[in-house]
Amino acid sequence: MSRPYGMLAELTYDCPLHCPYCSNPLNLADYNDELTTEEWQRVMVEARDLGVLQLHLSGGEPLQRRDLAEIVGSARDLGLYTNLITSALALTPRRAEELKDAGLDHVQISIQADEPTLSDRIAGTPSYERKVEAARMVKELDRDWPLTLNVVLHRHNIDRVGQMLDLAEELGADRIELANTQYYGWAWRNRSALLPTREQLDRSEKIVRAARERMREKMEIIYVIPDYYSKYPKPCMGGWGSQQLTVTPTGGVLPCPAAHTLGLPRASVRERSLAWIWDESPIFNRFRGTEWMPDPCKSCDRREIDFGGCRCQAFQLTGDASRTDPACHLSPDHEIVEEAVRAANEDARPGKEDLIPRVKAGRRA
Amino acid sequence: MIMAIPSTNRPRLARQARLNWDPVREQHVLLAPEGVTVLNQTGATILGLCDGERTFAEVVEELRGKYDRVADEEVRDFLARLAAKRLVELGDE
Repeated sequence: MSRPYGMLAELTYDCPLHCPYCSNPLNLADYNDELTTEEWQRVMVEARDLGVLQLHLSGGEPLQRRDLAEIVGSARDLGLYTNLITSALALTPRRAEELKDAGLDHVQISIQADEPTLSDRIAGTPSYERKVEAARMVKELDRDWPLTLNVVLHRHNIDRVGQMLDLAEELGADRIELANTQYYGWAWRNRSALLPTREQLDRSEKIVRAARERMREKMEIIYVIPDYYSKYPKPCMGGWGSQQLTVTPTGGVLPCPAAHTLGLPRASVRERSLAWIWDESPIFNRFRGTEWMPDPCKSCDRREIDFGGCRCQAFQLTGDASRTDPACHLSPDHEIVEEAVRAANEDARPGKEDLIPRVKAGRRA
Repeated sequence: MIMAIPSTNRPRLARQARLNWDPVREQHVLLAPEGVTVLNQTGATILGLCDGERTFAEVVEELRGKYDRVADEEVRDFLARLAAKRLVELGDE
């Protein structure tokens, strides 16, 4: 059996932002009983022993955890490559220095747009200025500290891809990730208000291609198209239970961050070792390999390339997680995706519908 | 496109990459933000020499002290491939 290379540690679902495309679960209030520092340290040792080399620290907002630098330090002591994925709102110079000293390898700062009005509207809170300030501060602290700017693209901001690239260049980012929204969690609720038109996509791809040519040496540009518009589905997680695992704030272990939606038996680091969960648990074995596949996947030449696509998307769109991902043009359910794409292209006015912001219900602020 | 690396160039690991030993799979790896590149012993030795101080010619020279047969072109291709993936930075000449 293959061993995981990467672990996504969702340290907390607390977040100062309210992005309507957030991939976190809708029932955020069910995740309050977070793992302690010691529990995370134990999980990281188990992860390293299982073969994990890269630790992605995310959330929610990982800076909401006061022990973030301590967790980073422990990860580095284990030899893990540490990658922080943050909104940067709470990234003060003091905390940045603390993280730098702890050995944080790479900082990824999210930004919602290239200018304050739109960025703050999408984030649901004034945040743009502080994010840009934080990005500058990272590079001022250490020019060689690798910085990636993350932008989730959708109908409301995709027309500004050119300006986003300019901003990343101006901030001295080493990389920019322009990733179209994936429709899970809150994004699924807001899908029709977020899905861009084909014209918008064509335009942004052209701009990205030209920028790649222009900035070849200077900045790496990652561009992810929405799978609704692609011919084949995305090879989700490089195969179910094959390369990656996710640990949720309360210790749940998942083959992918959205897999809690599938109603499979739960596995928790509070009850079992990470090795047992990876090797033996029903949730990790359910869609491993190619045995579970129906046609057209089973007989498809690409079954070891895209692994039948995304199980969570298949479940979301068809009610059956073991069907071919409807994003694939060969799927018998592809019409469902085509219908959503048609609707997105019928009315090209952005912002026709209101975006539902991510909020934590059932908990006092 | 693979670029030709001049002998006087001083290559070094990209700032976002870290050379590491994978104790579970017992192999050398190059870690970067979004990926793990598996290296063989020779690859790890080459990268260990790429410190931004040694020139390409000096790297090859030191390899000749360690291995019987070292082909210039193979080392050049190896580094150029990693440079194209932004794992190696070609430095000053």
